Amino acid sequence: MVTADPPGRRAVSPGPSPAVSTRRAGTGGRPLLRRAAPYLLIAPTVLALTAVLGYPLVELVLLSFQDMSRRELFAGTEPPWTGLKQYRAIAQDRFFWQVVGRTALFATVCTALTMAAALAVALLMRRVSPWVRATMAAVLVAVWAMPVMVAASVFRWLADADYGVANWLLGLLPGLDFTKHNWFEDPWQGFAVIVAVVFWGSLPFAAITLQAALTQVPPELAEAARVDGAGRGQVFRHITFPVVKPAFVMVTTLNAIWNFGVFNQIWLMRSGQPEKEYYLLGVYSFIESFAVNRYSAGAAIAVVTVVLLLAGAVFYVRQLVRMGETR
Amino acid sequence: MTGVSKAPRRAEGRRSLRADGLGLLFCAVMAFPVYWMVLTAIRPAAEIRSNPPRFWTSEPTLEHVRRAMASETFWSSVRASVLVGTGTVVVSLLIGVLAAYAVARFSFAGRRAFVLVILSVQMIPLAGLIIPLYLLLSDAGLTDSLTGVILTYLVFMLPFTVWLLRGFVAGIPIELEEAAMVDGCTRAGAFRRVTLPLLAPGLVATSIYSLVQAWNEYVLAYVLLSSNDKQTVSIWLVSFQTSFGTDYGALMAGATLTALPVVVFFMIVQRRVAAGLAAGAVKG
Repeated sequence: MVTADPPGRRAVSPGPSPAVSTRRAGTGGRPLLRRAAPYLLIAPTVLALTAVLGYPLVELVLLSFQDMSRRELFAGTEPPWTGLKQYRAIAQDRFFWQVVGRTALFATVCTALTMAAALAVALLMRRVSPWVRATMAAVLVAVWAMPVMVAASVFRWLADADYGVANWLLGLLPGLDFTKHNWFEDPWQGFAVIVAVVFWGSLPFAAITLQAALTQVPPELAEAARVDGAGRGQVFRHITFPVVKPAFVMVTTLNAIWNFGVFNQIWLMRSGQPEKEYYLLGVYSFIESFAVNRYSAGAAIAVVTVVLLLAGAVFYVRQLVRMGETR
Repeated sequence: MTGVSKAPRRAEGRRSLRADGLGLLFCAVMAFPVYWMVLTAIRPAAEIRSNPPRFWTSEPTLEHVRRAMASETFWSSVRASVLVGTGTVVVSLLIGVLAAYAVARFSFAGRRAFVLVILSVQMIPLAGLIIPLYLLLSDAGLTDSLTGVILTYLVFMLPFTVWLLRGFVAGIPIELEEAAMVDGCTRAGAFRRVTLPLLAPGLVATSIYSLVQAWNEYVLAYVLLSSNDKQTVSIWLVSFQTSFGTDYGALMAGATLTALPVVVFFMIVQRRVAAGLAAGAVKG
């Protein structure tokens, strides 16, 4: 691996960035152009991001203060301004708060499950024989690569009422009859299936990242602690976990953000027509906009979602910056 | 002495045997959905509906696969997906590599802010941006066009490309470029003759990774593309779902066909991407 080594070596010395040494090595030339060079290089990226991201973001916020319907969309006319009407409407809507609570609960459950399992798997991977570790890594990568829509289709089949394996397996347990059991009749059970597919899909990334972080734990340190009489739990708490903590926090935050925005799995499992009990914020905003054609209401919901997520994003970026500074 | 050291070693051996068993059990559980998908795709229809289910098949058949591939929009959706993926990758690489080089090799005012934007942009939920992106493209007359989809995919592909390539550029010793410049190359010449060839593996890894992302994306393509011949494979798979109902044989064959190229590509580049990401994470 050509790429893995040098950055690691560089990272140890937090001294001057490489640019300083090049500038010294540079052979004269036009200083103005040289100073402008990095800006010219990032200009296309900045332009592209402004166009496809910055502008839509602004547009989204503006839209949430207007009242856009199908008529304005097709006529191309400016929709009327309505101020805070959309926000007032959703703030008074009990259903909206129900969806917010449901989304938060969903994201928390998925993230907690994923992170707990990922940590256990990562620790397990440090203890197994090399060939088992290679097998586990291969399986994890294969699952990681599965397209979301494929995963959702497969889980739908596993939970099928008539011939699904899940019903058969649960029916083997004494006292349970799951013949022709429809998992999606009761939203709690339906969400159990959705949580399962989300969990299955997000476990690999978390486990692989944590496993990589665990390789950074110096074995001598754990050994020394053990010699000094520390139990396995103590070694984990005081030696192992502090080392992997930055990676753990980062993956947790990322996962929470992704789970907060889950859309595809629900969309597919409910055949593109989710019942109201299956609405999460992403689905709700989408349906308000594209099924009911209340674009502004959808935009207001999206803005609230983004703002809620911003808290998480700030936390994540701060963590990344801190990691960059301390190493 | 030997007696003392032997006992823990045997305990160690037993423990690692237990760990191995657990590890293999984990593999079996994780891999089962994939196995079940492929098995359903290649077994005769009668077997799919057997109760209790059987966990292997003695007579594999390609009947479902043929049926899935014969579906009207299969090949056109593959074509659309390949076009969209390639377009996105080419555009994001062309402009992303410049920015990555700037971030990795220059120190300039605003560099930190730029990196922060690149990082935080990846946090914005795509679902929130669908509406304004749709309106933007409908203003520009680019709805129901693959170009429009390519442009919107840049939202999430470009930041990622810059971040990943930055790690790869940082991994190439700057001394190589300096040596070329001492020998009379211009900076651009040194980049083209020295850095770019060394960057090739990174470029390949990044582009395949992005290709996979484009292949998997659903919502934006679903909203933006309406004509049948422009739909991507994800849309094809979902519409397949509704039109075939509970024909799980054909559905799982479709799922297998959709997943296969992605899984193969991904397994090839995964190590490199992980290395690039790690290199990216170390230096902020």
